[in-house]
Amino acid sequence: MDDGFQQNVERALADDQLRRNFAFAMGNFILKRKAVFSDPTETERLRTVGEAIKRRALARLPELLEALEAACTRNGIRVHWAETAAVANRMVLEIIESHAATRVAKGKSMVSEEMHLNAFLAGHDIEVVETDLGEFIIQLAGETPSHIIVPAIHKNKAQIATIFHDKIPGAPYTEEVAELNAIARRTLRRKFQEAGVGLSGVNFAVAETGTLCLVENEGNGRMCTTVPPVHIALMGIEKVVESLEDLPPLLRLLTGSATGQLVTTYVNLITSPRRPGEKDGPTEVHLVLLDNGRSRIYQDPQLRRTLQCVRCGTCLNHCPVYTRIGGHAYGCVYPGPIGSILTPQMEGLDKAGELPLASSLCGACEEVCPVKIPITGLLRRLRDEAVSDAPGGIVPGRGSRRSLSERLAWKAWAWLNTHPHLNAAATALLGVFGDYLPPAGPLERWMRYRVEPQFSAKSLRRRVKEEKVAHE
Amino acid sequence: MSDTARDRILARLRRAPRDEAPRPAVEPPAPPAERRERVERLKTLLEAMRAEVRQVTETSWVEALGDVLRTRGIETLLYAPGTPVGQAVEAAWAADPDGLPGLVPYAAAAEQLKDRIFTVDAAVTAAAGAVADTGALILRPSAAEPRLMSLVPPVHVAVLRADTVFASLGEAMRAGRWSEDMPTNLVLVSGPSKTADIELILAFGVHGPKELIVLIVE
Repeated sequence: MDDGFQQNVERALADDQLRRNFAFAMGNFILKRKAVFSDPTETERLRTVGEAIKRRALARLPELLEALEAACTRNGIRVHWAETAAVANRMVLEIIESHAATRVAKGKSMVSEEMHLNAFLAGHDIEVVETDLGEFIIQLAGETPSHIIVPAIHKNKAQIATIFHDKIPGAPYTEEVAELNAIARRTLRRKFQEAGVGLSGVNFAVAETGTLCLVENEGNGRMCTTVPPVHIALMGIEKVVESLEDLPPLLRLLTGSATGQLVTTYVNLITSPRRPGEKDGPTEVHLVLLDNGRSRIYQDPQLRRTLQCVRCGTCLNHCPVYTRIGGHAYGCVYPGPIGSILTPQMEGLDKAGELPLASSLCGACEEVCPVKIPITGLLRRLRDEAVSDAPGGIVPGRGSRRSLSERLAWKAWAWLNTHPHLNAAATALLGVFGDYLPPAGPLERWMRYRVEPQFSAKSLRRRVKEEKVAHE
Repeated sequence: MSDTARDRILARLRRAPRDEAPRPAVEPPAPPAERRERVERLKTLLEAMRAEVRQVTETSWVEALGDVLRTRGIETLLYAPGTPVGQAVEAAWAADPDGLPGLVPYAAAAEQLKDRIFTVDAAVTAAAGAVADTGALILRPSAAEPRLMSLVPPVHVAVLRADTVFASLGEAMRAGRWSEDMPTNLVLVSGPSKTADIELILAFGVHGPKELIVLIVE
């Protein structure tokens, strides 16, 4: 993704349709969030509570994971631990194969994107159908999500109409949104009934009761976790919370931040497989706990705060960079500000070291983050890690962006500014020749998007000397 | 060294420096709104989310149910025999079945009924309670009243007792002692199934019910 990022950005910036789609959608999300969080004092109180809950859950992470495992096991949910995405993929495949299932109905799960689960299962002749409408659209189109909450936001209805018409047998071409929904409903209803396994993500897992909480608006999550005989839930280990009482504020924060809703249409609390005498629901429920670098990120008290994230996507909506380039330009599973701090920590600064630079550090993300992740501080930390030569550290690819020319430039700058006479000579020279600098090298790159620097004929140092500005 | 993934993950987490994080302040108790205010707030929010809400009485709700079904031309109704709602429906239908849909009892495992469940027009269930401040029904499906009833049919009618409308989700959890007894599946429902995945245009019934009708029994 690294050397492609510049090109991705340039391509995205030149795509008017994409920019219109994102500008419209993100503006809309910002307004909706504002409407539901209209009282700043109350919002701040809620965010403080959300932050405290997540920080405390992280502080007790090993204990809570053990408690969650014990409670789930008591309830009849089978718990699996996976250190890497590859191991988790194999676990999911083994469960599917142990039931001789070939069809899987899948609800939205960012962890499954992180695992590249669909491609893995397709390689083993398992048909996986995404059932969230947005995910279904991009699966048909053979693409990846461009937003955590609305994965197909980069497509307009004409494009979706064409995809449905081309990819769903018997589907007429229609740009009526209600019609497109009806086509999806008809197509996916059959898929739910045929599926041998249902897959889902997890928004919060409650250690106290062994309950998996899943929020959604469409009902596909309920379908995936109720209709097929087996349910597999996938979660990152940082999703565990202490008690049911933690859920009300977290749910308010998550749905308010994600979609500007007071509550989603459905909040599922799943505590066990079908119990004796019950007439529906899966007879087996599996929970896969995925580490995939999280326990490494956890080692550093500052970086650990990345793990507070509840995946609401509001930092994307408020980011001036994301809004202009869209999700695909980032070239990774998690885009936007959260992706820019999470991806380098998971995949390494050598692979994703450019992402922390894709920010103006304006801090809009941090102001709206429902759990107060110090995003700009983490961006700066990762920029620093990328050029650090200090030994140790837990971020893979640390120091991989060190460059000789940058180091020399800063050395020269420091030298110039700690030697007053040299500084005076240099600024005098720039005052005379600065405006005639040839637009080449770094200056050319700078001037591509910015006005050229203008030099005053007299340096500040000279003027202070001549005009004798006194200290007030 | 430990040799399972579980042990290795937990060992890494335990090795990390500990953070001191005190227990966060609990949600301040919501002002004890009057029952009438709670019901009013619930009704307003559910209607804003396109649910139809009717305020009825102990004696009139079955009649209101019949009315809801007749005006929609519903031909088949899935119900839960043996539950209070189911018994009331059976009694009313036996007394005067004129113009009412045919009854489909959810009386066997879903595997035996699956096609039937996926083809009925509507279902009626009880709601175990409701949350006023965000506007949501609390459904607690059970052996007698299974999960698919409120999910698969295109129209879902929920019967809610006004005295089970709580001010907040936290209050409902505490009053119902949820942490001591969670059912297999508990679900909050705040309206018909919806999506805005295409150009943020709201559309209803993409997967779950297209219509939610709530009968609040005073």
